[in-house]
Amino acid sequence: MDIGGINPAILIASLMVASVPIILAAIGELVVEKAGVLNLGVEGMMIMGAICGFATAVGTGNPYLGFVGGAAGAMALALVFGFLTQFLLANQVATGLALTLFGLGLSSMIGQGYVGIKPPATQKLELGPLADIPFFGTILFEHDWMVYMSIAIIAAVWAVLKYTRTGLILRAVGESHDAAHALGYKVRRIRMLAVLFGGAMSGLGGAYISLIRVPQWTDGITAGAGWIALAIVVFASWKPWRVLLGAYLFGGITVLQLNLQAAGARIPVEYLSMSPYLITILVLVIMSSGKGKAALNAPAALGQNFHASR
Amino acid sequence: MTGTGTGTELLAISGVTKAYPGVVANSDVSFSISEGEVHALLGENGAGKSTLVKMIYGLVKPDAGSMRFRGADYAPAEPRAARAAGVAMVFQHFSLFEALNVAENVALGMENPPPMRELASRIKAVSEEYGLPLDPGRMVGDLSAGERQRVEIIRCLLQDPKLLIMDEPTSVLTPQEVEILFKTLRQLSSEGTAILYISHKLEEIRALCDEATILRRGKVVATCTPRERSAREMAELMVGATLTPPARAAQEKGAVALEVAGLSVASPIPFGTSLKDVSFAVRKGEVLGIAGVAGNGQDELLLALSGELRCSAGAVRIDGVPMGDQGPNARRAAGLVAAPEERLGHAAAPDMSLVENALLSGAVRKGLVKGGFIDWAAAGEFAAGIVRDFDVRTPGTHVAARALSGGNLQKFVVGRELSQAPSVIVINQPTWGVDAAAAAAIRQAILDRAAGGAAVVVISQDLDELLEIADRFAALNEGRLTAPRPVEGLTIDEIGLMMGGAHGMEVAHHGH
Repeated sequence: MDIGGINPAILIASLMVASVPIILAAIGELVVEKAGVLNLGVEGMMIMGAICGFATAVGTGNPYLGFVGGAAGAMALALVFGFLTQFLLANQVATGLALTLFGLGLSSMIGQGYVGIKPPATQKLELGPLADIPFFGTILFEHDWMVYMSIAIIAAVWAVLKYTRTGLILRAVGESHDAAHALGYKVRRIRMLAVLFGGAMSGLGGAYISLIRVPQWTDGITAGAGWIALAIVVFASWKPWRVLLGAYLFGGITVLQLNLQAAGARIPVEYLSMSPYLITILVLVIMSSGKGKAALNAPAALGQNFHASR
Repeated sequence: MTGTGTGTELLAISGVTKAYPGVVANSDVSFSISEGEVHALLGENGAGKSTLVKMIYGLVKPDAGSMRFRGADYAPAEPRAARAAGVAMVFQHFSLFEALNVAENVALGMENPPPMRELASRIKAVSEEYGLPLDPGRMVGDLSAGERQRVEIIRCLLQDPKLLIMDEPTSVLTPQEVEILFKTLRQLSSEGTAILYISHKLEEIRALCDEATILRRGKVVATCTPRERSAREMAELMVGATLTPPARAAQEKGAVALEVAGLSVASPIPFGTSLKDVSFAVRKGEVLGIAGVAGNGQDELLLALSGELRCSAGAVRIDGVPMGDQGPNARRAAGLVAAPEERLGHAAAPDMSLVENALLSGAVRKGLVKGGFIDWAAAGEFAAGIVRDFDVRTPGTHVAARALSGGNLQKFVVGRELSQAPSVIVINQPTWGVDAAAAAAIRQAILDRAAGGAAVVVISQDLDELLEIADRFAALNEGRLTAPRPVEGLTIDEIGLMMGGAHGMEVAHHGH
């Protein structure tokens, strides 16, 4: 049942793996933006997560601790961002861009001793007979635990935002910080926590790349995944389940172009490798041309600094 | 409906003082409120009313002085503590979330909200009990100003407050909506809830309040029983000076200078109101007043007249020339100047100096740009002239617009447009947030331009202002403009109906 030398079951299974880092980073950024903060430093936080996770896993020999280390490393960077923007009221766009550059540089420095090492392997989850179901078994039940975890996180974020008071307060802060402040909510604290959560998710996503997807360390290993994650948040209109959709769409194109390359398609490799990015741009253009519908869904206080003097 | 307090003291404030760098907002303020009393807090902008209520609500901590509430010492560290003690507040701005629904907005203002479904049914029950029907599932962004205020009031009522603070609650309501609100407040007062009521509208205070405390520059200057005083007496207590109403000379109106015919245009603003078939004409020397509750198309009308929003050429004619498809600079060249409501960010660039701001709007008509180069000397003179003529209090014309107080910036922005010898003037909210003396000066300047032959359109939510300066009166309601009518002989009831009556809210109060 191969089509043009590509097996669809394996293609779908591998797109699910390919999209995990983007899902994690995007769902983290979604929470950050829902709180009204625009953190463009996702790429920097991801790559810090990648190297810190890699270093921790190699140092301890435990891949699970590696993910914890990755989340912690990215959170440290997020803490810097949060402090600069929430307490020193630095411009969020400039700070976020600086954070990316800083993260890329710092990760490259930390990573010098780790090039060419193999990290401890993460086992696939043994789901026994489920994995033997034809077609669907390959797609759904032959993955590592992070694949399921990322989907569980999406579900959790969706439920928290929709059904809990915590979620309501978070959305309120992102909608109008002045109103939230007038009602007595601690805008800075809430935004700080959201930024840290975003950092942790980016870190997990980065660690997934260096520990499972690739798995090794090279400079710039995230290769723009953070930017894609940012775009997917907009593509998803700030809705958690659509993040999953967007990430699979993008992951699918990435995997498809790799498979096409392997299958010897007659299109030049350069065009294939740029295709995911081109399609992201295209989708964003189509989304935002729809008479401000996407813009209406955006948190109203997105990117605005809050100063409590009023 | 006497609603006079039971005499039991509810809140006592003594010697409260709060200073900010450069200003003393409150200095040694003392007064008290009894249970069930409706107490007015009067004062001009900057008199310290807002700071005072923020202290009662726990948003600001006093530097000195003490408060007692229900017989115990009271010093709320945050709004949560104030709400727990039984103090609730209806804000003037900034307290609702447009993209959330009514129930969510209410839940955010409560300490321990019940589950959403239960909350929704309680909102329905309480809102009907007090004659303020509300649908808990609706998005707040889609509600009218009056309905939004209901959301805030219901949010407060669900917590059984002992003291309800209301900051300028009627500034966004039609007269009919005000009547419904007053009925609700009287009902609350008869049930023993005290109300602290802040407003500039003195006739309303005379109709509603039992006692009044008047603040000027942060100090209590007088207390009175509003029913026994005239509005004019109270106004003079607030200002501390005798007020002279603007004078106008009766005169012949000239030819039509601005004609709008069948103007329909979609709103560029999220949750905005599109204009629907708006038509009117203004003659030279005439002032047309356009009223309406906020959000009924005022901003869009200003954009369409100033040229920021284009329409078909024939929809807007200036001195008979079709200009509807032209932008702001072409319209300025044709003689139309416009001053929008939002001072910072729309009328003025916040971080640019007064000279630069003067140049931005005055370049065309004052010839401040020659051959692509800016004539800074002339621009500086233009700005200095505005500061001088309109009594703008500023250290100089080099300061950033952001640094001016709201009232002073308003004087500058209005003055900048009026100083360009325009033939058509369009102003939205000319005296919004400006104190009485400055407001009188701005209104006088507008009347002077009209007397000099300019056609003037004033869009305002302040009915008293419109009745004072306008020759003819029209109202915007959901993007439609009523036919203009002469101001003379117009009653407040008729105006209310022109503004849309109670927006289908008449069902309220039939049970009481």
